[in-house]
Amino acid sequence: MHEALRHTALRRGAGRLAGRMLAAAVGTALSLAAALPAQAQETIKVGILHSLSGTMAISETTLKDVMLMLIEEQNAKGGLLGKKLEAVVVDPASNWPLFAEKARELITKDKVSAVFGCWTSVSRKSVLPVFKELNSILFYPVQYEGEESERNVFYTGAAPNQQAIPAVDYLMKEEKVQRWVLEGTDYVYPRTTNKILEAYLKSKGVKPEDISINYTPFGHSDWQTRVAEIKRFGSAGKKTAVVSTINGDANVPFYKELGNQGVKATDIPVVAFSVGEEELAGVDTKPLLGHLAAWNYFQSIDTPANKAFIDKWKAFTKNPKRVSNDPMEAHVVGFAMWVKAVEKAGTTDPDKVIDALPGTTAPNLTGGTSEMLANHHITKPVFIGEIKEDGQFDVVWKTEGLVPGEAWSKYLDGSKDLTADWVKLKCGNYNTKTQKCGG
Amino acid sequence: MHLISFLAASNRCRCKTDGRAAPGSLPRSRGRGGEGAAARPILAIACLLLFSLLAGPSIARADAFDDALTKFLADSYADTEAGVTALGAGGDARAFAVVKALQDGRLLADPAGRRVLIDDGGVPKDAATGAVVSPAPAAADLKRVRLNNRLRRAVEAALGALTLRAPDPARRLDAAQAVFKSRDASALAAVEAALAQETDPAVKAALAEARAAILITSPDAPEAARIEAVGTLRERGDQAALALLSGLPAGTPATVQGAADSAASAIRNRLQVWEAVQNAWYGVSLGSVLLLAAIGLAITFGVMGVINMAHGEMVMLGAYTTFVVQEAIRQKAISLSIPGTEIGMSLPLPAALTLDWSLAVAVPLAFVVTGLVGILIERSVIRFLYGRPLETLLATWGISLILQQAVRTGFGPTNKEVSNPSWMSGAFEIGQLAITWNRLWIVCFSLTVFVLLLAMLRFTRLGLEMRAVTQNRGMAACVGIRTARIDALTFGLGSGIAGIAGVALSQIDNVSPNLGQSYIIDSFMVVVFGGVGNLWGTLVGAFTLGVANKFLEPFAGAVLGKIAILVLIILFIQRRPRGLFALKGRAIEA
Repeated sequence: MHEALRHTALRRGAGRLAGRMLAAAVGTALSLAAALPAQAQETIKVGILHSLSGTMAISETTLKDVMLMLIEEQNAKGGLLGKKLEAVVVDPASNWPLFAEKARELITKDKVSAVFGCWTSVSRKSVLPVFKELNSILFYPVQYEGEESERNVFYTGAAPNQQAIPAVDYLMKEEKVQRWVLEGTDYVYPRTTNKILEAYLKSKGVKPEDISINYTPFGHSDWQTRVAEIKRFGSAGKKTAVVSTINGDANVPFYKELGNQGVKATDIPVVAFSVGEEELAGVDTKPLLGHLAAWNYFQSIDTPANKAFIDKWKAFTKNPKRVSNDPMEAHVVGFAMWVKAVEKAGTTDPDKVIDALPGTTAPNLTGGTSEMLANHHITKPVFIGEIKEDGQFDVVWKTEGLVPGEAWSKYLDGSKDLTADWVKLKCGNYNTKTQKCGG
Repeated sequence: MHLISFLAASNRCRCKTDGRAAPGSLPRSRGRGGEGAAARPILAIACLLLFSLLAGPSIARADAFDDALTKFLADSYADTEAGVTALGAGGDARAFAVVKALQDGRLLADPAGRRVLIDDGGVPKDAATGAVVSPAPAAADLKRVRLNNRLRRAVEAALGALTLRAPDPARRLDAAQAVFKSRDASALAAVEAALAQETDPAVKAALAEARAAILITSPDAPEAARIEAVGTLRERGDQAALALLSGLPAGTPATVQGAADSAASAIRNRLQVWEAVQNAWYGVSLGSVLLLAAIGLAITFGVMGVINMAHGEMVMLGAYTTFVVQEAIRQKAISLSIPGTEIGMSLPLPAALTLDWSLAVAVPLAFVVTGLVGILIERSVIRFLYGRPLETLLATWGISLILQQAVRTGFGPTNKEVSNPSWMSGAFEIGQLAITWNRLWIVCFSLTVFVLLLAMLRFTRLGLEMRAVTQNRGMAACVGIRTARIDALTFGLGSGIAGIAGVALSQIDNVSPNLGQSYIIDSFMVVVFGGVGNLWGTLVGAFTLGVANKFLEPFAGAVLGKIAILVLIILFIQRRPRGLFALKGRAIEA
């Protein structure tokens, strides 16, 4: 871009000048023009599709930074297939239709080999048709509601069975919780997750009157009524817990209200699926001591890989206070898998890379080795952490080994017979009963 | 080992004297002596044991204390819990310091040295002897004993049991409440002993409730005592009592169950009345937030007629001012520097300036900062657009995006931590109504701002000129008022008040670049509903919407409630296009 601009500027300048000046100018322009295609051939482009402005910038900007760091690191190691990697950053500005437009721009205009991006489920849904139509690759790094498996998408975040279900299991076993408040923001992720959790809880013998499901709008800031209601619901003589799928921005006022109304984790613990280190950076965490979060990564996990990553991250952002979180680790794992798959395929051709990806492994930052499965989800460890006073998490429980991600939930009527397998069945929603691919 | 046997010896003497001085503490010591919770000694048996085993339990006690301490070395939650429970039931004089340190995260395990240390302000002390450990072990060898929620509950229960006879009544009250919560049956004897000696009426009531909480769930207690316990809990009458009464274990005798059921329904009825009061209070509180957000807009939009879409961003700037002030106080210095260079200076702040004072500094500062930004916007953009509402709308919307992105670039996209001063944290109770301090202060604050603004418009020269310019610009200019200057100042005033609102809202909401967006719609709703150009309308509008919203929310849910309010406002505006309090007269027609 930059070179091209200078190039035209020089040419324009040359038109106005004469004699030696003209010759020199044309010479420079020609040499620049010659340099351009050569340089373009040398790089492999990687698209980064994260909102840098608008409401989602709060979460997504970090992911753009981590991708830039990973690409820089890979280039320092000598690039990929003998070429340098080049990041192409676009800003879909938290605007869902713009995500589709920017995705199209990345694939057709910038000719990127793979895209790392999206945060909200609605942004992912809006780019899906583009990736299918233009046959490219998307790495999606955020925990989501499941019920999806696409040939062109690789889900490196957690499926519900890698986050929500283990968290509920933990509360049931360790805290002996019998009564549940499922509190969420009103959009697709909380609604689907809560549907799965409700079916799961009922299958475990929880009575319908012991489950309370409630939704609040995006950015809800007046939590007085809800917190009072939770306290009331919790006073029925049974141990009560809150399972929170409240979206980022509404969390701070929610936790402040919990703290102020004196709801302590020892009385009614709250386990959250969207609250990580980044979100807690804006909260005074003293009143939140002991509330829980379920993730596949915590910054506080003490492994050499994690320590090295955090040091690099702090150095890269030049901010010693910068925190790391779960979706960042998903990008680290996803990027490493993509690099391996491209090396294995020996090309960046999407069809070959898509075929090479299942079975690829990459070390995660918590000491295990994650594997890309045939359903385009990965294996992950699950951790339950309690909020500490410094805004970090203390891991109180973790799964034995890694949990494979399930695209389709076993607990929902609509999806319990479905399975996804892009290796043998070449299908994202194969019905095991009718033996047919839903297509 | 050497150390432990020495400890045991020294402890023996101390325990003996303990036993003589306070025989009441013995039942606890026996429970901890290893017989387990199942054997619940009655006081009389315990007294017998005191004499028969005068030396025995002391040794057992010393051993038990040390045994309990070694549990903390294992770094396993189950072992730590066993240790805490043993300490709590033991009543050893040193147990309190250990459990308290555990609660505060100051208890350190030294697995190599087989000992447990207490971090006393950076000085490691041996938990068993209380002696300063020197040389201090390397920090890498020490492991903080970790807690989870189950352990935190055990720690609270243990602290409760240990401090039931503390000299300070406030601590005894806390202890009684902790026992009420834990309903730890092994604490019954201790509670009864404390109850017999207690003189403070509040503590006495709390102890009686704690005793009732233990008795009502205990299958061994006589029926009469359990029915009496139901009565005590019925008098308490709050949600915790309700939880106890409605969650009796299976196998409870029918008489007790019947009494509990009738008590529970009586409490439920009483709580329902309180719930209505609570909704009304929540409504007032939400109304005050709406009022704060809208009151600046009532000036810029209501009085001046400028459709100011950047109003929310003024609120946001006010919140960021609070953040900057708090950050300066945390750093104890004002740092000024030119970004990207090494040039900068740092002015130290007085040490007495703590976070508790941050809001007092932030309010005037936010007013000045956002007021100046407002004047700048008015002078540079809006003054060219008077009388062209659509262009104003678009221009101010553009300004709002610019301001948002500027803050995002300058401060980063993530939330900033603004902490509540201590006087704005927590809650107090009136009857069954919990009122949080931050909401109460915001209600007071918004009413104060409203009154000050009203007084300013009514009694000051600037207010007079403002009213003159908005009512009849031409005539005001004729009598010598510099209308352009008044326009700028009015807009600055409106923006400044939005900034003050931002200081208050930073206490209950996220401080992020998106803060303003969530308030802009609500603010317009309040001003239009209340009647454009009328401050009293804004006041009534804000509180009406707040209370209506909060009474709808429990039935309809937050999402539907919000929709219902919007529909109601649309219908209302259809009937009364000028809002609740319409301005009348020639001025409005002009």
